[in-house]
Amino acid sequence: MSPVLQDLSLVDLAIAALLVLINGAISMLLRLDLERKLLWAALRTVLQLLAVGYVLGWVFAYDRWYVVLALMVAMTLIAGVSGSQRGAWRYAGQTRDSIVSIWLGSWLVAAAGLLVVIRIHPWYTPQYAIPILGMILGNTLTGASLGVERMTHELTARRDRVESALAMGATRWEAAREPARQAVRAGMLPTLNQMAVVGIVSLPGMMTGQVLAGQSPLQAVRYQIVIMFLIAAGSSLGTLGAVLLTYRRLFSADHCYLAARLLPRSAR
Amino acid sequence: MAASLLIETCAITRRDPRSGQVLLHPADFSLHQGERVALVGASGSGKSVFMRALALLDPLDGGTVHWQGRSVSHRRVPAYRRHVAYLRQRPALLDGTVEENLRYPYSLHVYRGMRYDPGKARGLLAAAGRDADALLGRQAGDLSGGEAQIVALARTLQLDPQALLLDEPTASLDPDSALAVEALIARWLQDDPARRATLWISHDPAQARRVSTRHVAMQAGGTLNTESAQ
Repeated sequence: MSPVLQDLSLVDLAIAALLVLINGAISMLLRLDLERKLLWAALRTVLQLLAVGYVLGWVFAYDRWYVVLALMVAMTLIAGVSGSQRGAWRYAGQTRDSIVSIWLGSWLVAAAGLLVVIRIHPWYTPQYAIPILGMILGNTLTGASLGVERMTHELTARRDRVESALAMGATRWEAAREPARQAVRAGMLPTLNQMAVVGIVSLPGMMTGQVLAGQSPLQAVRYQIVIMFLIAAGSSLGTLGAVLLTYRRLFSADHCYLAARLLPRSAR
Repeated sequence: MAASLLIETCAITRRDPRSGQVLLHPADFSLHQGERVALVGASGSGKSVFMRALALLDPLDGGTVHWQGRSVSHRRVPAYRRHVAYLRQRPALLDGTVEENLRYPYSLHVYRGMRYDPGKARGLLAAAGRDADALLGRQAGDLSGGEAQIVALARTLQLDPQALLLDEPTASLDPDSALAVEALIARWLQDDPARRATLWISHDPAQARRVSTRHVAMQAGGTLNTESAQ
């Protein structure tokens, strides 16, 4: 086993790109009308990853805490903004809520993982901090946005029941509890499913990367276990936070359900 | 002694939160113990808006609602809604059996100390002319519109509210179910006629006469006309 990763040339990349032609052929054969989308997606993959490669290369070489921190903040903001774009319903303040919940959930868990479990030194070591925060962010973003999507969907679909509960004297929390429960569940399920099949159906990217780079599989597996638990904790905290913030926006202190605050997303 | 005041509103107003359009012009209204009031007016005149405002289900844009002479603080809204029960036109039952629906309110904080009384629930369903034993075990989703409204009404009445706000509770029901709903409400009133009160939105003039002793009219554009006699 070679301890050093085989270097890839641009020709190698071009050969891999040919594989995308398979998708193109299927799209044309079945008239899926996806060729343009496919081309665009493939271009984005190349450009975004090349850009990130250069940025990371520079950040790793420069190795200053404020640069690492700025990059982490930027990643978090992008995750927060894209987390608020999902679902058929939106409300004013959703982007802020999304950023806050994703920020708190992922940074708390990343700090625990980096400083307590992996014990990196200095605290901003970019080779650790950035990819690990990135993995947590990606999953927290999925959980939080699924949770909010489900919460707004449930509140819209069950509006009559929510209001009947309020009319009987339920507090706002008693009326929102069932939709909120469903929402947190929906947000946490993808991570739980992932944990249930990890290693059997899929080898996670990070573990694969470590093995390819010559790390012993047993060490790679230990890292992956830590990452899975960080991801699970981050996404459940982020989901819970996002659902609770949605609840606070849509129920007033005098126990009214403010249905008018939910707007169909297309009406933007 | 004059019948004491249950609900009193002072210039309550509502606007559409999106367009800012006035839905309810400043409205003064009072409901006393023992009163049976019909709220009449054309469709779209704002009767439901007013009734929901009275139930404190929508945030007011102005004015106050008093319960027995005291303004209702945020904290006391659930207790207020316990005394002033609002029933919607289309019943909203939870997933599960009829009995689970009847038990549900007792899980709420505001009814702590009260317990589900199977005898009372059966009595209410029987008063609506329904076979309580057969009905209790059925899934709420399988009920007809009339049965669902009877269950929703029984769920509320078993809690002994003092005032009922009824937003066209029989409008989408068959005649038989509509009469059953009226009978159930009449029975609840008779149990304590001096203390209980109803405000009933109805589009049916005959029904409005049957269920009320006073009419209040709503004019187009959300103006409450308290002058109107019966």
